[in-house]
Amino acid sequence: MKPALAYAAADGTFAATWLLLAFPAVGAAILLLGGRRANRWGPVLACLAAGAAFVLGLVLFAAMLGRAGDDRAISQHLFSWIPVNGFQVDAGLLLDPLSMCFVLLVTGVGTLIHIYALGYMAHDPNRRRFFGYLNLFVVAMLLLVLGNNFLALYVGWEGVGLASYLLIGFWSARPSAATAAKKAFIVNRVGDVGLSIAIMLMFATLGTTSYAGVLGGIGALGANSGTVTAIALLLLLGACGKSAQFPLQSWLLDAMEGPTPVSALIHAATMVTAGVYLIARSAPIFNLTSDGRLLVTIVGAVTLAIGAIIGCAYDDIKKVLASSTMSQIGYMFLAVGLGPAAYAIGILHLLTHGFFKATMFLGAGSVMHGMNDTVDMRRYGGLRTVMPITFWTFAMGYLAIIGFPGWAGFFSKDKIIEAAFDKGGTSGWVLGTVALIGAGVTAFYMTRLMIMTFFGERRWDPDAHPHESPAVMTGPMIVLALGSVISGFALTFGGGLQQFLEPVVGRSAEEGIHTISPTVLTLITLLVVAGGAAAAYRQYGTQAVPRTAPQAVSPVTVAARRNLYGDAVNESLLMRPGQYLTRALVFVDGRGVDGVVNGLAAGIGGSSGRLRHAQTGFVRSYALSMFGGAALVLAVLLLGRLG
Amino acid sequence: MTPTDIPAPSIAYGPLWPMIAVFLAAAIGVLVEAFVPARRRRPVHLVVALAGLTGGLVAVALVARNHHHPTLIAERAVAVDGPTLFIQGTLLLLGIAAVLLLGERSLDSTGGTFVAAAAVVPGSRGERQLTASSTMQTEVFPLAMFALGGMLLFPASNNLLLMFVALEILSLPLYLLAGLARRRRLLSQEAAVKYFLLGAFSSAFFLYGIAMLYGYAGSVDLGAIFTATGTVGSNDTLLYLGIALLSVGLLFKIGAAPFQNWTPDVYQGSPTPVTALMASGTKVAAFGALLRVFYVAFGPVRWDWRPLMWGVAILTMGVGAVLAITQTDVKRMLAYSSIAHAGFILTGVVALNRSGLSGSLFYLLAYGFSTLGAFAIVTLVRDADGEATHLSQWRGLGRRSPALAGIFALFLLAFAGIPLTSGFTSKFAVFSAAISSGATGLVVVGLIASAVAAFFYVRVIVLMFFEAPAPDGPTIAVPSVLTYGAIALAFAVTVVLGVIPGPLFTLADKAALFVR
Amino acid sequence: MLRPYIPILFLGILGAALAVVSVLGGGFIGPKRYNRAKLDAYECGIEPTEQAVSAARFPVKFYLTAMLFIVFDIEIIFLYPWAVAFGRLGLFGLVEMVAFLATVFVAYAYVWRRGGLDWN
Repeated sequence: MKPALAYAAADGTFAATWLLLAFPAVGAAILLLGGRRANRWGPVLACLAAGAAFVLGLVLFAAMLGRAGDDRAISQHLFSWIPVNGFQVDAGLLLDPLSMCFVLLVTGVGTLIHIYALGYMAHDPNRRRFFGYLNLFVVAMLLLVLGNNFLALYVGWEGVGLASYLLIGFWSARPSAATAAKKAFIVNRVGDVGLSIAIMLMFATLGTTSYAGVLGGIGALGANSGTVTAIALLLLLGACGKSAQFPLQSWLLDAMEGPTPVSALIHAATMVTAGVYLIARSAPIFNLTSDGRLLVTIVGAVTLAIGAIIGCAYDDIKKVLASSTMSQIGYMFLAVGLGPAAYAIGILHLLTHGFFKATMFLGAGSVMHGMNDTVDMRRYGGLRTVMPITFWTFAMGYLAIIGFPGWAGFFSKDKIIEAAFDKGGTSGWVLGTVALIGAGVTAFYMTRLMIMTFFGERRWDPDAHPHESPAVMTGPMIVLALGSVISGFALTFGGGLQQFLEPVVGRSAEEGIHTISPTVLTLITLLVVAGGAAAAYRQYGTQAVPRTAPQAVSPVTVAARRNLYGDAVNESLLMRPGQYLTRALVFVDGRGVDGVVNGLAAGIGGSSGRLRHAQTGFVRSYALSMFGGAALVLAVLLLGRLG
Repeated sequence: MTPTDIPAPSIAYGPLWPMIAVFLAAAIGVLVEAFVPARRRRPVHLVVALAGLTGGLVAVALVARNHHHPTLIAERAVAVDGPTLFIQGTLLLLGIAAVLLLGERSLDSTGGTFVAAAAVVPGSRGERQLTASSTMQTEVFPLAMFALGGMLLFPASNNLLLMFVALEILSLPLYLLAGLARRRRLLSQEAAVKYFLLGAFSSAFFLYGIAMLYGYAGSVDLGAIFTATGTVGSNDTLLYLGIALLSVGLLFKIGAAPFQNWTPDVYQGSPTPVTALMASGTKVAAFGALLRVFYVAFGPVRWDWRPLMWGVAILTMGVGAVLAITQTDVKRMLAYSSIAHAGFILTGVVALNRSGLSGSLFYLLAYGFSTLGAFAIVTLVRDADGEATHLSQWRGLGRRSPALAGIFALFLLAFAGIPLTSGFTSKFAVFSAAISSGATGLVVVGLIASAVAAFFYVRVIVLMFFEAPAPDGPTIAVPSVLTYGAIALAFAVTVVLGVIPGPLFTLADKAALFVR
Repeated sequence: MLRPYIPILFLGILGAALAVVSVLGGGFIGPKRYNRAKLDAYECGIEPTEQAVSAARFPVKFYLTAMLFIVFDIEIIFLYPWAVAFGRLGLFGLVEMVAFLATVFVAYAYVWRRGGLDWN
């Protein structure tokens, strides 16, 4: 199999790998257990913990670059985790180029968002708890990407789910926040079931859950074998839950109830991309199953379309960004579903998206900060001049996401569209077309957002006094905006990221046969994007935006406003049947299982009651039963002897 | 036959001292009754009885130290081997705890749990006066000592006739003791009569069995019966008749189904300290005898009686566990629980190997103390009419007296076989032995019965801790150091054997070899 | 195989038959002429006393005496063979018999001290 599966031991600098986890873990522990004493300095400590992990990540990254390409996967054994007889699970870390990307993204963007949150959450009485949860999230996310086996990944997976739950519901006094947290948790649970069954299946067939064992041994099961496909589909289910992909996408919009830094860090830049990581990490499995890959691309394409359409209809700035996130992760799924050709492109888009989406979320947070936490874009307008830094940084993110030439998205998203067409065949055309149109729609809704927020007349609420955010918030925004501009170019310069990731996910498609010439396709894409942006300008830039959403709109808009009936679909397809199922289960459990149990108990009790009547209290009947018993004993002995 | 043909028997008295000490104490107790003024009898009795039991215990230890080789003494009539000494030691310890309970008199406002004069007609004016009097029928001490002596002899007998004598020695005093409760005289007397009638009935079966076996083997010596069963061509029908009838007598004493009918009535009616003695001591002794008879004499035909024991064990576990569920009286519930436990121990008997034997021995000791402790606590929960044994009266006991209810809960958990109690280790011992001998089906039934049984044990715990106390509920009597001592002993054994069962397992394993 | 027991079986059947035949036979063939004396409870030819009938009990003292008689009777039964084989049993026999007698005398002392020997 691949040489990447032979991991080097963690020595030298890499012996410190575990500290990546330890820094934020200690931070989280101190903050969550420290009590009120930690209120004052706790948030700063959390930032320092995340920052320390980032610095360490950079050091390790430098050390990794110093090694040969095939020697960059470093495994660190920590301890024997579950040493049951015949079942050995070692807790260990795996630092390879793939996880390195995530480490830097999580700690880098994470640190910036920590700092941003210092300003954003400055007046929240529960800041300490908030930062504790943030650190907890960082630990879990790092464990997710650093574990050297699927079980560790699962622990991290659940950990980020927990942190996400806690942070979405951070303002738990709001019923909507509590409900949203619950919804996110439950929808994720659906995906987690898939992941856990996949892990069990791996263990059942391969006897191990370590990456080395599973990814190295999966080939023995044969390409397109039922087991491999089953594992792949279950992994996909898990990935869909975590990454808000169709059909488990509905929770992400509601998750915007959480504080904006959380939306930026967890629900845009890092956690929701864990599904992409899972699929990329399991590349050897997906490589073996064409059905599985096809389904991944379909999920990606459907989600990117859904997300883009929904994004056009919402007036809530965070929900627009959230649906955009769904859509962009759809692109990533599409990419990693294309197989070895595009894993690296998917990861590339993941990283660039991490920058520009975080930029925009932080920008949105900054706007909300200045607008009394209003999220309705119809109450914005003309903020360009009052919040210049926010505007300019946001604009960088905007240009990046629509794929303006030179900006990050141009390098990553266009590549995905290209790769989709290159898949060939009908499916390639379909996927490519969807991706292409998606790019246009993206341009439409993002332009709409920009115009409604920063341009046009001021539709502010009377009590709104917008102002620029403090430096502690704008600083991280500027850094991230810089990333939005250059990350695409920097990562692809000289095939950088693709070569870096090659040991893990395999060789990317080289310049080979293209369905459509890249140059032509780029031009087409730019045209489509320009068209989308122009359409948005025509609708929102040239005429006044009403302060309330118009009701007389086309059915498509109504559908989009309603999340493309995603919740309705969920409700009718999942929730209602789920409730019926639950009720049925409760019924079965109540009448059936409990019935059996209670019935058994009642039966025993009943027979007990009946047998009790044999206990008449009369010596004569006792003696008679003794006599009968003696006869029985005799009969058994004598008959037993005959037989 | 002329007189000159009778050989002079010889008896090595040394190993008999455990029994002699107890019987001597019993005889002295009778003399105490005869010559010590009534007022001072109880303390004197206590001293004599405890001295006898302690002496017996010392004797057991000395015998165990000095007699490394199991022997048959007194014309092969008494076996001095590992099981004998283990069971005698167990019985003596249980006896000490039981005597402590018998001696308690600060529970009832008037003194003692025993009647002042047993012969007074229940319900008469004389009886009412006596209930209020502070005297007690102090004969309980020598009676209990005689019963204990019989119990010591019962499992040690290598001779069916001696075994029968021992059976009667242990039974007759218990028949009397059962009728000596201070409160609820009619119930107590009814218990005594029932126990007596049915006990006599079972003794008759036992005796018939002996006759049949004598007819078969020409001897009542267990070794001789063993030899005879090993020889082909003997009259097998007599043997099986003998085995069947003898088992009836033994199974009656251990309270196995279908000979368990007497147990709840007698346990409920008897004075609770006596019930404690019966539930622990009698069961231990009868199991000892059963093990000896079946392992020593009937070993060669084990495949013939094993199915019978299977059936009895299953029936016993089932009846005990199922019937316990609907009981509303603590003492009756504990009685059915003791039936179920007889079934559990029978699985160890059926295992028919050394680990089965050692597991049974371990189980007997562990269970003996748990049940004794449980009954000891029953004596403390009282209202104006004596012990409050109805389960509804135990509601919310955990709130009134958390320590006591907690200890009772521990005993219940031990009965249920929850880990870290002696009940778990002992059940584990017998079940694993049964599995190793291939009796998996039996163990499955045993586990199901345990699960059913756990239900009503836990129900009582829930009742005690999670329900509001009844407004007119019973009070917890404050006993003297005697009852505390007994409870502490039982508690300690139950916990220690649950946490560090190793040493006793080793001891039981070393003891688990019968002399033939 | 059970040959030696056949006579015993016969004896049992015979005894049962005798009981059945005599009870039933008496009913069938006996003359039925009742008078007051015949309907009275039979009590050793003595006039039945009202007290015994109403209470339906005998004083417990009768039983006590009977039991004491049996105890000493059995004691004697053991003493006879011992006396016969005294020479062979020697000191062992003496010790055992003294122990036995001592035990019986303990019981005797108890009965005596607790008033079991007083009629009133």
